Amino acid sequence: MQIIRNRLMVNHIPRFGFKYMSDSTFLNEEHLQIQKAALDFSKEKMLPYSAEWDKKHHFPKDVLRELAAMGFSTIYVKQESGGVGLDRLTASVIFEALSYGDVTTTAYLTIQNMCAYMVDQFGNEEQKKTWIPRFGTFDAFASYCLTEPNSGSDSKNMKTFAKKDGNDYVINGSKCFISGGSVSDVYLLMCKTSEKDVSCIIVEKGTPGLSFGKLEDKMGWNASPTSMVLFDNVRVPQSNLLGKEGNGFKMAMSALDGGRINIASCSLGGASFAFDLSKDYLHDRKQFGQPLASFQGLQFKFADMATNLVTSRLIVRQAAQMIDNNHPDKTLYSAMAKRYATDSCFNVANEALQLHGGYGYLSEYQIERIVRDLRVHQILEGTNEIMKVIISRNLLK
Amino acid sequence: MKVLVAVKRVVDSGIKVRVKPDGIDLQGVKMTINPFCEIAVEEAVRLKEKKLIAEIVAVTIGPKQGAESLRHALALGADKAIHVTTEARIDQAVQPLDVANILAKLVERDNYNLVLMGKQSIDDDFNQTGQMLAGLLDWPQATFASNIQITDGIAQVVREIDGGLQTVKFKLPGVITCDLRLNQPRFASVPNIMKAKSKPLETIPLDKLGKLHNSIQITKTEAPAIRKGGAIVENVDVLIQKLRNEAKLF
Repeated sequence: MQIIRNRLMVNHIPRFGFKYMSDSTFLNEEHLQIQKAALDFSKEKMLPYSAEWDKKHHFPKDVLRELAAMGFSTIYVKQESGGVGLDRLTASVIFEALSYGDVTTTAYLTIQNMCAYMVDQFGNEEQKKTWIPRFGTFDAFASYCLTEPNSGSDSKNMKTFAKKDGNDYVINGSKCFISGGSVSDVYLLMCKTSEKDVSCIIVEKGTPGLSFGKLEDKMGWNASPTSMVLFDNVRVPQSNLLGKEGNGFKMAMSALDGGRINIASCSLGGASFAFDLSKDYLHDRKQFGQPLASFQGLQFKFADMATNLVTSRLIVRQAAQMIDNNHPDKTLYSAMAKRYATDSCFNVANEALQLHGGYGYLSEYQIERIVRDLRVHQILEGTNEIMKVIISRNLLK
Repeated sequence: MKVLVAVKRVVDSGIKVRVKPDGIDLQGVKMTINPFCEIAVEEAVRLKEKKLIAEIVAVTIGPKQGAESLRHALALGADKAIHVTTEARIDQAVQPLDVANILAKLVERDNYNLVLMGKQSIDDDFNQTGQMLAGLLDWPQATFASNIQITDGIAQVVREIDGGLQTVKFKLPGVITCDLRLNQPRFASVPNIMKAKSKPLETIPLDKLGKLHNSIQITKTEAPAIRKGGAIVENVDVLIQKLRNEAKLF
């Protein structure tokens, strides 16, 4: 599928790199080439529509399919399985570039990538053949179900249960805060198969007993549908089990480090956009006869924003590289990267809003949407508090 | 049919250039493929998809980093690449006539049926290389192409000229330079970027094919004058006086 793009030559949107502060530490030439492709796509196919998607709560399935055609939905799935076969650092660069244009759809894209990865790592041949090509084109949209109304951080305490019955499982329970809920075709369900064992079972939309709560009204991430996923005697064949019974937790852990880099990368892109807007605003806006850029208080604020952005990027890329190299400290660094980058980038966006004064509060200036979207990154994929638990536990053991 | 597409690596059009006494400051500046060259590559790929040509070879002249533009061309769909290496400043010392001579040597070596290029590069805006190449090869040329059709070895090209649109027809081989509205280049997808890594890339030092004569010397580089504010005039006499004495219009 050829992807056509619209190029506005007259009002040329600078295409290469972020507008400002584009550093290429850790990146080799291939990373830069892929970053350029992702940024070009992001600036032309996502950025102009991001505000509208947020306002209308529109989930852009067509753009996600185009992202898949670019190779962005199975980034770290092995080539032999039909994926693109690249590393986590490349994935981080891609998500950072795409979230410059729209944080929410990029975040959903990371979920698709994670689900595809889990099938690739733990699925049998049949499951890989069935799902990976469909995930790779967004012919099938995937969701990951872990959180329940009564178990968020305490995920081991989940209650959703899959009981063996003949050759099937019968599943009962409920999951909440599921991105893609009610829209996704496939749900990777983490549930208990015994009192202690957590397993991963694939459940397709349309299976009798599977229903969804109403679409949640959220502070941000409005372009992404979120709902409860309800299981009432849902019957699926036991062949839908991904991997082995009881391996669910190990599977989740192995996916989590990468998931944390992904969400941190989404924060980076959004913050970069807010940062670029701020730089322009500081030059354009005048008060007391001078541009805002000449006031030291604001200069200091801006200096901190830049430093936060760059340091966030560094730790995220370093952690990504450690996952790629299977470094023994990868979990520690991934937790640090997620904690630090999501907090810092939210602050960058929040300070950007302050710099814009009253205009920062208006949706037309886009900053407030970035703030709303980035706020949840401090919570999901493991709260930043849990990140601190992981970090200290790793260091003090 | 084989096509040679010439691409140049230039300063990215979106960045703010810094002017130094000896030219534009290229240090650490974002570089990218010349937009018109990218359009030429895209057109070649489309012609190949229509099965009108069999092979696309991209060529660039420049230092090591010039290979980036070649890899971009390969990722868009070129089959092979040639890198003519030189350490000379490509925005100053690599000039149209020398480039045309080098390309002519490659055309003679490899027997291309068509050369596609951008109409001009956005750093020096010479708009000469394609024309000179056609002259050296004694080939027909069509410049500022906004539409290209090839049927049975005949190229029909719609050219954007000052007066409107002109359609020319000639028997290949020939040189066509590409203008803005010819096409909109595709995005390089990740699978294609990865496939490009294994496509052949030939490196040739420039002195094996030609020489840089530097026959044009750049004597001065300056930024355009900063726009001064206007003024409201009281009557027509004052206006005429300003037009004559300040704007020097007549």
